[in-house]
Amino acid sequence: MIVADRKPIQEILEMVKDCKKVLIVGCKGCVTVCNVGGSKEVGVLAATLKIAFKKEEISIEMDEKTLERQCDPEYVDQLKDMVDDYDGIISMACGVGPQFLSAAYPEQRFFPAVNTTFFGGAVGHGIWEERCAGCGTCVIHYFDGMCPIARCSKSLLNGPCGGSADGKCEISKDLECIWDMIVRKKMEHGRIDDLLEMKPAKDWQTARDGGPRKSVREELANE
Amino acid sequence: MRLSYPTNITIIQVPCTGRVDIIHLLNAIEDGADGVYVAGCLEGECHYMTGNLKAKKRVRYVKKVLEELGIEPERVEMFNLSAGEGPRFAEIAREMDKRIRELGPSPINNLKKAV
Repeated sequence: MIVADRKPIQEILEMVKDCKKVLIVGCKGCVTVCNVGGSKEVGVLAATLKIAFKKEEISIEMDEKTLERQCDPEYVDQLKDMVDDYDGIISMACGVGPQFLSAAYPEQRFFPAVNTTFFGGAVGHGIWEERCAGCGTCVIHYFDGMCPIARCSKSLLNGPCGGSADGKCEISKDLECIWDMIVRKKMEHGRIDDLLEMKPAKDWQTARDGGPRKSVREELANE
Repeated sequence: MRLSYPTNITIIQVPCTGRVDIIHLLNAIEDGADGVYVAGCLEGECHYMTGNLKAKKRVRYVKKVLEELGIEPERVEMFNLSAGEGPRFAEIAREMDKRIRELGPSPINNLKKAV
């Protein structure tokens, strides 16, 4: 899923300081699963903002709404009857949400309440880790189910580097060296010879280096 | 025991403090409570294993939120006591009442016309 973190409250307050009526829109997709932008978090943000405005003796009206997803036009469309009732709209979806909303309702202002961070999963309750860098050419099968693009600090295809010590990456003692894990797993399973084959430089054109990406599935597309 | 404690305290009963969520504490502050405290079972003695520990984390989160907003985090607190400690319950109530009186009314009650 896409993982995000809530922006600091002062940053959000600064965005909506001139608004008298605000709508907070959550998303039931990834940000609900990583507990940052679902209906529950929309409620918490609304309560926090109301407290902040009351403290400053500013009267503000705030409504809450959570869409099924903010990255599909049919759900974005559900705001059409209410979008003009507000001075500003806060989106708690990933970075896709405020952009889809802005495109659908160009007259309205949309403010992001979260910082979108990475593609990852929950490794424990309340703890998420990065697992995918969305490079566009998956190589996980070469590395026994571990992605060095996303999980090696240098995205090395032929590792580990000299910064690997006692299974940890040199950038942090809390970060596992993924190359240490790859080598150990290959040894355990008798496949260490796989690593004798050098991996050539990756073609990054399928990643962000090739510019913004687009996926067209002809069997599904209407046009 | 017929112990007395300050009458300005409103008790909201929950089956376990694990039921108390961040939004409940924030709503109390938002609605004008000068302080809120959660009285949970002793740590390690939760009937549902970790309810009071969850409540403790949520109280800590709300304290952080209040701090960020420039409101005294001491207005929210977590206490732990057993169901058999009636005198301690009354003592905590008096302690919290004293703390809030010293802090004065919540700064959010300045807005005369409530939202």
